[in-house]
Amino acid sequence: MRVEDVVCTFCGCLCDDLVIETDGKKIVGVENGCTLANEKFMGDHRLKSPIRREGDRWSEVSLNDAIREAAEILLDADRPLLYGWSGTHGEAQSVGVHLAEILGGVIDNTSTVCHGPSIMAIQEVGHPGCTLGQVKNRADVVLYWGANPIEAHPRHLSRYTTYADGFFVKNSFRERKLVVVDVRETESAALADEFVRIEPGGDYAVLSALRAIVRGRGEVITGPVAGVSREQLVRVADLCMKAKFGAIFFGLGLTMSPGKNKNIRNAIELTEELNRHTKFTISPMRGHWNVYGSNEVFCWITGYPYAVDFARGIAFYNPGETTSVDILRREECDACLVVASDPGAHFPRACAEHLARIPTIQIDPHVNATTHLCRLQIPVAVTGIDAEGTAYRMDGVPIRTRKLFDGDHPSDTEILERIYAIVKEAKGA
Amino acid sequence: MSGLLIRNAYVIDPLAGIRGEIMDIAILDGKIAEGAGSGCEVIDAQGCLTLPGGIDSHSHVSGTKVNFGRYMSPEDMRAGRTSRRGVMHVTSGYSVPTTFGNSYRYSAMGYTTVLEGAMAPLEARHTHEEFTATPHQDMMANTLFDGNWSVMEAVRDKDLRRTAAVVAWTLAAVKGFAIKLTNPGGTEAWGWGEDLHSIHQQVPNFGVTPAEIIGTMIRANELLDLPHSVHLHCNNLGVPGNYQTTLETIDLAPDLNSRRQSLYLTHVQFHSYGGTTWRDICSKSEDIARAVNNRPQVAIDMGQIMFGRTTTMTADGPMEWRLYMLHHNKWSNHDVELETGSGIIPVYYSRKSLVNCVMWAIGLELALLVKDPWQCMLATDNPNGAPFVKYPEIIALLMSRKFRDKEGEKIDPRTGHYVPLFSLDRELDWYEIAVMTRAAQAKALGITRIGKGTLTPGSEADVAIYPLDPADLDPAIDFEQVMAGFARTRYTIKRGRVVARDGEVIVEGANSTVWTRANVPPDMDLSADREFVKKFEQYYTVRMRNYPVQDVYLPRGVRIDTEVSP
Ligand code: SF4
Ligand SMILES: [Zn+2]
Repeated sequence: MRVEDVVCTFCGCLCDDLVIETDGKKIVGVENGCTLANEKFMGDHRLKSPIRREGDRWSEVSLNDAIREAAEILLDADRPLLYGWSGTHGEAQSVGVHLAEILGGVIDNTSTVCHGPSIMAIQEVGHPGCTLGQVKNRADVVLYWGANPIEAHPRHLSRYTTYADGFFVKNSFRERKLVVVDVRETESAALADEFVRIEPGGDYAVLSALRAIVRGRGEVITGPVAGVSREQLVRVADLCMKAKFGAIFFGLGLTMSPGKNKNIRNAIELTEELNRHTKFTISPMRGHWNVYGSNEVFCWITGYPYAVDFARGIAFYNPGETTSVDILRREECDACLVVASDPGAHFPRACAEHLARIPTIQIDPHVNATTHLCRLQIPVAVTGIDAEGTAYRMDGVPIRTRKLFDGDHPSDTEILERIYAIVKEAKGA
Repeated sequence: MSGLLIRNAYVIDPLAGIRGEIMDIAILDGKIAEGAGSGCEVIDAQGCLTLPGGIDSHSHVSGTKVNFGRYMSPEDMRAGRTSRRGVMHVTSGYSVPTTFGNSYRYSAMGYTTVLEGAMAPLEARHTHEEFTATPHQDMMANTLFDGNWSVMEAVRDKDLRRTAAVVAWTLAAVKGFAIKLTNPGGTEAWGWGEDLHSIHQQVPNFGVTPAEIIGTMIRANELLDLPHSVHLHCNNLGVPGNYQTTLETIDLAPDLNSRRQSLYLTHVQFHSYGGTTWRDICSKSEDIARAVNNRPQVAIDMGQIMFGRTTTMTADGPMEWRLYMLHHNKWSNHDVELETGSGIIPVYYSRKSLVNCVMWAIGLELALLVKDPWQCMLATDNPNGAPFVKYPEIIALLMSRKFRDKEGEKIDPRTGHYVPLFSLDRELDWYEIAVMTRAAQAKALGITRIGKGTLTPGSEADVAIYPLDPADLDPAIDFEQVMAGFARTRYTIKRGRVVARDGEVIVEGANSTVWTRANVPPDMDLSADREFVKKFEQYYTVRMRNYPVQDVYLPRGVRIDTEVSP
């Protein structure tokens, strides 16, 4: 069977134009997807049934037993951490938040190790952004800063920027100027009309220099800044100010390099400054397909986009204290539920070691690095293949992912609802 | 079969012509009934003020920009938080509460129906998700068309039927309720960092003016026979001297509908400024009220501001930028492709700011100067003028000249020079307040047809019983009690169930979402229109098939069907 307009549940681009061929049980062909999408849909090797570890031996357990044990571990814990969420649909995230609430635990999503600093900057100065179609239809200048879309968001250029013709930009490739700012010459940099190569750690200084020029204070810059010549700085600032519509996209190269949230704040303030001359927007290149959805869902239920601690009864948020990495590093939590992410692969070693010491439960369709740290793993359907639900694209546009066929596994929502029901009953609520 | 009998209620039900009578109200199966059946639950209202459930006809509580207000404002989240208690979830936030926070606080005030003031069609799914998490109010969404490319093209081509067709297709696709125009044309101009300064200025690249958009949309609205009228946020919001724009806009409104207004102007306080700069800004409420008094075809809401901290959020992106240039606090902006814009900034309305004092006075003046309370609804453009929890205080101000004078002593002493407020004697009575907080809304929104806003048998059993005894209270003097009474009902009843008691929510909610489907003849059906489909696929970044909001997002959808007028 051929299904059209399929939503790709891999990266934050959330492309919704894939064509997928299935035989009713598995996917046999993918059109329009990038290599990452092909790998996601074609290379989907599932864990078959729930597994639990005793010593270093794994054994299969029934779904009912696994669910009960997961609930008991969480009920037993004094300070449970519910982590992950960027790889599942919003409905499951919502149950997760209510589960954390009733447990008095901490819930956190993968922003904690990706765009958390961007969120902190936004909380200081705000966020002048737009939907991606606004860029596609209008932008005559696009900057990628510390982002390498060709590798991480392969279709970003073809759907939204360089290769995407729009209403006011009929021939995008010719009419749209591309600027890439990075510490190394990436594949994306090779496409740029202007490649700005910065010395590692120099982002903040370069942003400040650009701000000074845009403010009309270019004379304070007398020589190169972090390896960027004065001429190039002036040229880029000029290009931006003369743009009819400019758009900055930034990635972890800016968010996670020295300065972190201060870099992002500086970039946002540059954008604000440019808006005094023309129209400019800035947007984070969110990684996982529904990490932004986890921020959204957390916000409307708890008020905060990530790192929410219910231990005091109210929702409490303090990144650096209530963020997963910090909680794990302090060896504070005594049980962890990992849903739809792989902290085993992305967390610092000390955190992973703590996860291995405490009872860690993973709800995930696949065997991954976290499997090796956990005590119990419950496989589930993959959203976008055999489960459906809401996802939020990197720009906030909500899209309903499609279920392509009925699989053998329950969805994240079903598993979490069952755990929630047991916990709720035990708590007498 | 669940019956409930409310005895000894002091009922004001303006739509039924009841102006204050002690009576019993019977409820059966979620509806007001002739009798509640034997063995039903009985509530003794003890002569307390009993009204149909409150209806907010303009409030920002759900969707992309509201949630971004939360996202960017941990300081606001900390400013109002409650823990999990009984069936109540954790809540956070003061001016932009979490969805449960909104729902519980509205419920405590006796509100059972809320219209979200602005939903961008492309992001409608988000609004509906938050509606589901706002369990104690029936919700509906104003749908933004101010910068809609297909609308502007149809208006430019003077094609009324096609304009209406775009509206019909979009409302059905996104499960929207009504047409909202926010700074029509201006939000498209803002795509280039510009704004429009008059309703006769052309929208860049589209060859239409706001006046043409507004005029055509009013007619398209009536062609589709939508329950509500066009809901308009005028151009030039917050600009000194903008009352001229507002008067010109009111002049555009024809009288096309005998059941309700043909044009609803929202948060008119922000659109009633005289003067030329922030230094000489003054109230033009008298001019605006006169225009409204002369035209039964328009209705307005106040857009009252109250002193203190809040967050402004609107689809009017260029306005938020202007405001940011004054406040320099923090600024978010979010333009939506082919449709609209939006912006958010936090603000503090200060008693020490003459401008803010003038704004505060104007809102009250509008309510006191518009003669017919059915034409002026009580609202703050929540949270733009103030969070909705300030409504009780606004009611008290409108009911008591003494309270107004007392407040007047605390504000900038020059205020009286710029506003007529302190010369106005009018004190609204209980009946007028009942009109301005529910009955007028039900009529203006066109939702009396689904049993909203009244307590006549067959209506939805949404009832608010306030701990206020009108036989015993003089609101002109007892304004403190009036304020406290409207802040916390004794009982809030939603669809026949007691959902809140003395300010505490006691059951899990199950709201409905009300939306409109205009059934159009084949020549107006755009789903197969080649040009429409082609443009959609070329310029949106979402496939046309993935755009409509699926039924699962409205677990209890209530659809109002309309037919195209012949
Ligand atoms: S760019 Fe991202 S969303 Fe699009 S097809 Fe590739 S992996 Fe999927
Ligand atoms: Zn509004």
